[in-house]
Amino acid sequence: MDLYLILQVLWWVLLGVLFVGLGTMVGMDMGVGTLLRFIGKTDTERRTMLNAIGPHWDGNQVWFILGGGAIFAAYPLIYATSFSGLYVVILLLLWSMIVRPLGFEYRSKMPSPAWRNAWDWTLLLSGALPMIIFGAAMGNMLMGVPFHFEWNLRSIYTGSFITLFNPFSVLAGLLSLSLSVYMGGVMMMGRAPEPIAGRARAAASYAALAAIVLFAVLGVWVSMVNGYKIVSFPGAGVPQTPLQQTVELVPGGWLSNYKSYPILWAVPLLGFAGLFFGWMSVRAGKHTLAWWLGAVSWIGVIGTIGVAMFPFLMPSSSNPSQSLTLWNSISSETTLLWMTGWTVVFVPLIFWYTSWAFYVMRGKVDPREVEADPHAY
Amino acid sequence: MIDTLVVDLSRWQFASTALYHFLFVPLTLGISFMIAAMETVYVTTGKTIYRDMTQFWGKLFLINFVLGVATGLTMEFEFGTNWSFYSGFVGDIFGAPLAIEGLMAFFMESTMIGMMVFGWKRLSKGQHLLVTYLVAIGSNLSALWILVANGFMQDPQGAAFNPVTMRMELTNFGALIFSHDAQAKFVHTSIAGYVTAAIFVAGVSAWYMMRNRHMELARRSFRMAALFGVLSTAGVITLGDALGFVGGHAQPSKLAAMEAMWQTEQAPAPFNVVAWPSQSEQKNIWSIQVPYVLTPLLTHTMTQVVPGIDQIEADATTRIKNGIPAVEALKALSKDPKDAAAMAQFKAHEKDLGYGFLVTRYAPDQDVSKATDADIAKAAKDTIPQVNVIFWTFRIMVGLGLLMLAYFIYATMLSISGKLEQPQNRWFLKFAPWMIPVPFLACEMGWVVAEVGRQPWTVFGMLPTWMSASSHSVGYMIFSLVGFVSLYSIFIAVEMFLMVKAIKQGPEQHGTPSTPVIPQSRKPQPSFGGGFAPNPAAPMSAHKE
Repeated sequence: MDLYLILQVLWWVLLGVLFVGLGTMVGMDMGVGTLLRFIGKTDTERRTMLNAIGPHWDGNQVWFILGGGAIFAAYPLIYATSFSGLYVVILLLLWSMIVRPLGFEYRSKMPSPAWRNAWDWTLLLSGALPMIIFGAAMGNMLMGVPFHFEWNLRSIYTGSFITLFNPFSVLAGLLSLSLSVYMGGVMMMGRAPEPIAGRARAAASYAALAAIVLFAVLGVWVSMVNGYKIVSFPGAGVPQTPLQQTVELVPGGWLSNYKSYPILWAVPLLGFAGLFFGWMSVRAGKHTLAWWLGAVSWIGVIGTIGVAMFPFLMPSSSNPSQSLTLWNSISSETTLLWMTGWTVVFVPLIFWYTSWAFYVMRGKVDPREVEADPHAY
Repeated sequence: MIDTLVVDLSRWQFASTALYHFLFVPLTLGISFMIAAMETVYVTTGKTIYRDMTQFWGKLFLINFVLGVATGLTMEFEFGTNWSFYSGFVGDIFGAPLAIEGLMAFFMESTMIGMMVFGWKRLSKGQHLLVTYLVAIGSNLSALWILVANGFMQDPQGAAFNPVTMRMELTNFGALIFSHDAQAKFVHTSIAGYVTAAIFVAGVSAWYMMRNRHMELARRSFRMAALFGVLSTAGVITLGDALGFVGGHAQPSKLAAMEAMWQTEQAPAPFNVVAWPSQSEQKNIWSIQVPYVLTPLLTHTMTQVVPGIDQIEADATTRIKNGIPAVEALKALSKDPKDAAAMAQFKAHEKDLGYGFLVTRYAPDQDVSKATDADIAKAAKDTIPQVNVIFWTFRIMVGLGLLMLAYFIYATMLSISGKLEQPQNRWFLKFAPWMIPVPFLACEMGWVVAEVGRQPWTVFGMLPTWMSASSHSVGYMIFSLVGFVSLYSIFIAVEMFLMVKAIKQGPEQHGTPSTPVIPQSRKPQPSFGGGFAPNPAAPMSAHKE
């Protein structure tokens, strides 16, 4: 088999790994942010929650930053077209993300309740909004985005930003939000004392049920919309641009990969199973197991979208033939090869020291210690 | 059609968000190593004053660090949101260092910073020291990869344009990362960060010494900063010279603008110490020159001719004419990648493709095949960046660098001879805090020289800035500008407020200071902090809602 083709498929899988990493790790902290004012009733409870993720939020957030960098490096045309096309939404995402580090670091530096309340709302917004936008962006990819290219691959977006908030995408955003609330709730079950842990357990349990319903509704919806199908293109593993293919719309087309390879139904099933057993473990109070099952659900959900769309990544609703696929938006062989090398060396290292950091900080946070510590958040 | 106003607004937005981000980065780069050095002394000697120093400067470091992280996110997004043509055109090369920065440096730095803040009680002394070093190394490695990416924009090494995929692609990874421009710039920039941190630490310490507060901590921090500062400032000046030397070969237009050299002169050429350059008249209205100095300064020889602006423009005219057929051939290839005649034409002219792009903005209907000689002349004039801006920002940067060198030499002498606290030297303690803005200004000036000097290109000689921006409406640009201005104004106000508050509050007071400290007019703080030190006596403000 051709090396370039192998690298292309590998980087398609790695894109999925990146989204799962982003969903589980960043999503977990975002979920804590979303829940901050609901399961943390007093200032001390909120500080306890923030300090429970305090040692980790910065490291986790790098999944998000790495996400941007890796898409830039591996799929330059996706990075360029999606970030500029979804302009207003991406800026809202960015702005809600950049107030977050300040929220953690600055919130408890002043005793004033008004100051702390303002940062609490900031943290809530910067927890919920990015997850909604992350899901909504995925939803828009399934629905197709109105853009086309000029002869030199300058991308032109022709929709308004309101169209990005179509009902399907908003539901997808809510799915992503509920998964993140689930992860955040499970995290608080393990790291926060009562009564926070009990409230977190209730929140995680509701979030799991909401995610199951939303995932099912979105699944049915997707089966009824138009999917995209490549009619002709230069071929997989061949350097090309999106100007050289023909694509047609097929009703229910996003199910064709599942119909061709029924074994792939296992992927959405994995999502449902992860959520269902996750819900059971939350009920049973087994937070570590529930966390890992949450990660499994993320793999199932991201995987379901990936399998449905393969090889499409960003279909164009206004000019389907110029849709971006894995084959026409990926980097050159040299770049992919080098990036693979760096990934093979550093990703295991990242997993190792992240686990070490979680191990060092294991156990429940003691609110008295938080109050006593001038360095705490 | 490309709207020039959108391009200009995108440029202003990028410049201001980058300059803003660069207010926080240099301090992070330097102070992280100073903290690691302080902690090293603590771990090796066991003197608790060094632990106090580590924690106090660590607190200020964090207030600064989060804004560096937050505003850095903007930069990573902005290539895609506002410079999407650029991103698609060079992402194959430019994206790699950004991704590797995340994998190798930023992940480690960010994970370890959590351990550094929260790990005091949970890690052994040695482990904590290691964590602190990893933070410092991580932040500096971040700078390395970002400057490798920037080095590519300044001097595109290790890449070639591929007409089949319509973009530049990586051909040689080694050439990309070991580009002389990237390497010289990394060392120059990171050491500039060390200078910034040294001035900051020295200034804050002097402020305490003036008020006779925290004398043990301030004295030691000042001496450390002074020594660190002398070495770093000497380094930054040496490396700046190397960068000028390297950059001069890659970008003669930047060099000519830095020196306001309108005409090519015989070697050894005179050096303009100060001048008032006029872009429209293509000459210096007035100048003070030193004969023979420029050539050895820039080329490190007496005989090599440095090209002036007249010659650079003439060369550009030739290259634009040669580049137009390359653009036309590329257009044909876009319709049919198998068009052999077009491919042959492209191959014959490809080295001047970027210059062909350059005339697009002046050609009728933005179609290069219709370009007249007048259009080509305009495009050729564009290859010279704004001379007065670069000439002066460069001189301000160098002047501030020399001022800081003198400051550090004097500070080191005073500190080592023990005369710093004598009454006749109180003026110096008063003066030192006023030096704090100087390195920040110098860093910003350096950025302007590098990036305005690169114009009219985003990737030098390959991709004009004018083509690189996204095709947005003016309304979108105003929307984002308003958002950034509001958020960033709040950020800087909050940051300065907390920083000043933390400095005024001073370090935590610990059990038994090694020398008596002047009593403070504030409540005692809980003992040795960090981690989750159980201390029920601590009077923290635990308000309940």
